[in-house]
Amino acid sequence: MSILIAVITLALIAGIFGIILGYASIKFHVEGDPVVDKIDALLPQTQCGQCTYAGCRPYAEAIANGEAEINQCPPGGETTILALADLLGVEAKPLNDEHGEEKAIATVAIIDEQVCIGCTLCIQACPVDAILGAAKQMHTVIEDECTGCELCVPPCPVDCIDMVPLKETLETWKWPLPDDAHTAPRT
Amino acid sequence: MTEHSNQLSNFHGGLKLSGHKTMSITSPISQAKIPAKVIIPLHQHIGDSGELLVKTGDKVLKGQPLTQPTSYVSAPVHASTSGTITEITEHKIPHPSGLSAACVVIETDGKDEWIELTPVKNYQQLDATDLRNIIRHAGIVGLGGAAFPTAVKLNPGPTHTIETVIFNGAECEPYITCDDMLMRERADEIISGIQISLHVLNSDNGIIAIESNKPEAIGALKQAIKKNNTTNIKVISIPALYPTGGEKQLIKVITGKEVPSNGLPADIGAVVQNVGTMAAIHQAIHFGKPLISRIVTITGKGVKKPQNLDTLIGTPMSELISQCGGYKENADHLVMGGPMMGFTLTTDQLPIIKGCNCLLVESSDDQQTQRRVMPCIRCGECARVCPATLLPQQLYWYASSKNFDKVQDYHLFDCIECGCCAYVCPSQIPLVQYYRFAKTEIWNLERDRQKSDHARIRHDFRQTRLEKEKQEREERLRKKKEMLAKKKQENPETADKDPKQAAIEAALARVKEKKEQAGINPKNVENLTEAQQKLIEEADSRRQQSKVE
Repeated sequence: MSILIAVITLALIAGIFGIILGYASIKFHVEGDPVVDKIDALLPQTQCGQCTYAGCRPYAEAIANGEAEINQCPPGGETTILALADLLGVEAKPLNDEHGEEKAIATVAIIDEQVCIGCTLCIQACPVDAILGAAKQMHTVIEDECTGCELCVPPCPVDCIDMVPLKETLETWKWPLPDDAHTAPRT
Repeated sequence: MTEHSNQLSNFHGGLKLSGHKTMSITSPISQAKIPAKVIIPLHQHIGDSGELLVKTGDKVLKGQPLTQPTSYVSAPVHASTSGTITEITEHKIPHPSGLSAACVVIETDGKDEWIELTPVKNYQQLDATDLRNIIRHAGIVGLGGAAFPTAVKLNPGPTHTIETVIFNGAECEPYITCDDMLMRERADEIISGIQISLHVLNSDNGIIAIESNKPEAIGALKQAIKKNNTTNIKVISIPALYPTGGEKQLIKVITGKEVPSNGLPADIGAVVQNVGTMAAIHQAIHFGKPLISRIVTITGKGVKKPQNLDTLIGTPMSELISQCGGYKENADHLVMGGPMMGFTLTTDQLPIIKGCNCLLVESSDDQQTQRRVMPCIRCGECARVCPATLLPQQLYWYASSKNFDKVQDYHLFDCIECGCCAYVCPSQIPLVQYYRFAKTEIWNLERDRQKSDHARIRHDFRQTRLEKEKQEREERLRKKKEMLAKKKQENPETADKDPKQAAIEAALARVKEKKEQAGINPKNVENLTEAQQKLIEEADSRRQQSKVE
């Protein structure tokens, strides 16, 4: 008899917890994959495709699925690799040369307006709509919107797009790391 | 007007430094000569640049605005003397980066002719907003060095009640004496400016805090208070301990309260204003004069006649040095600001700006120039002297290893860059440089993050737009196909044929129908002979045959 009570009690408890868990999984359901969002937030959003994926988000998805390494993003460079390693709890590794080198100075695209024939090919290539123009009209780059991804350079039939280093201003200037940084112990 | 030094508190750490102040106070403040040209940077303050009001070739008068403020935290700049604008161009400005920025270059005419001034007759009748507006358009910024727009600081907002208004005459940094000389010589102006500020802040009482090593300044201000029968302003002598002139440190000394981390003095009911700023407010309200000059201390072991000069904004530094007898032979390098918080300049062909309180010419035998950096021995001396109660060692390690999250966990942004830690460091590590490096790196990372967020939004928007365009195209195609299919259903015979042929047939059918409707039939077919009838039938059969064929 007592064994029956025990079985019934346990079954009841299991049932109650089952209902609670079932309810919680519906109530607190998480849409999408938050890891992908977190990875995407760390990527530089140049949408350049140097990682071999179609943009930053596809690369983030690939990292989340374990298909891609964290060291395939040249625009993000060391900072992004360190941040990704920190987020995912993996070992940081140097940037993979196959995907390109980290630029020392950020660049933006500039269109030589005298040469531009207004073919709109660069407009179609720009992932962030930073190029303004229409067919047979002169095009120009909105500097503040340009991410420096260089995707507009190869399609240009008259080779009128140059990547120029972003000019250092008082706002973007950084104090240099003192020369004697070697005296600091590593943390 | 009693001294309240017995009620004062202490801040953590700090240093007793030798003042080196006597060398520049042997002579009274002199007027700096009007240079052949003044170079006025458009952006001399914290906040946004103003909008340019003048163009090359314009004749300007002294005090004429060159820019107008564009946003709330902004300040205009004014022509500091009369003359002609020869250029509006990029010119090197005094900034640690050595970069150039937009400047108006005025060739002076030597007449020093003022624009028409509109003094306020009775400021007590104006309300705080109007007064703040005058102060704002006079281009007044904090003259202690930070150059934060004063009108903004005089508006703590309705959520803050200001209990303590402190006027900062501490001038704790070695070598600098411009506030000391100002207090000695122009105490009346300071008191007058203080009264205006108190009126704007709607506060009854003000406290002037001066380091005890400036008895002449304390005496002069007390005398001015007595002379004006002022009862609401107290002069307090505070112990000379660097950096007691720091805003947060001064509040701690006077009120015993600490400004919270990432907070503002107004959060604990305090406002701190520099005494030089008060003199500027006096000039702006009582004479209508904008901020076009300031007192600059030219001092150091590398300059022949150290002194204080009342200098027009935009005067090249080289002119001031030559007015002070020029460089000595042992002059090594030029510093803007004091030896603790200033930064080295690479040239003296730079204009004096509103925030420039001191030009220090360090000589080759100054200790600072002979640093030999050695590894940190973890002695902890830096933490003992830090007036912000930080852990400079930890900050140094995390800053040098570029661990920017960790360095912020240790409150990097509470560091006031006073330089106490670097001063006492037995390994002579330039600690403050590491903190400045980390701060600018973090700001840049933040900017990059904002930029990438913006790029993501634009990319997503583009993707959505392309997707939408694709869908719309597909929708159009689908509709067209549907319409064709519908037609086919309605008219299955014609649908298979060539559309042109179908159209011709449809037209013929329409004509036929019309004919039938109108009753168009062959005439004269009655009473025909047999032969005639036969002929008709033959013709009909031929026609029929040809149709079949």
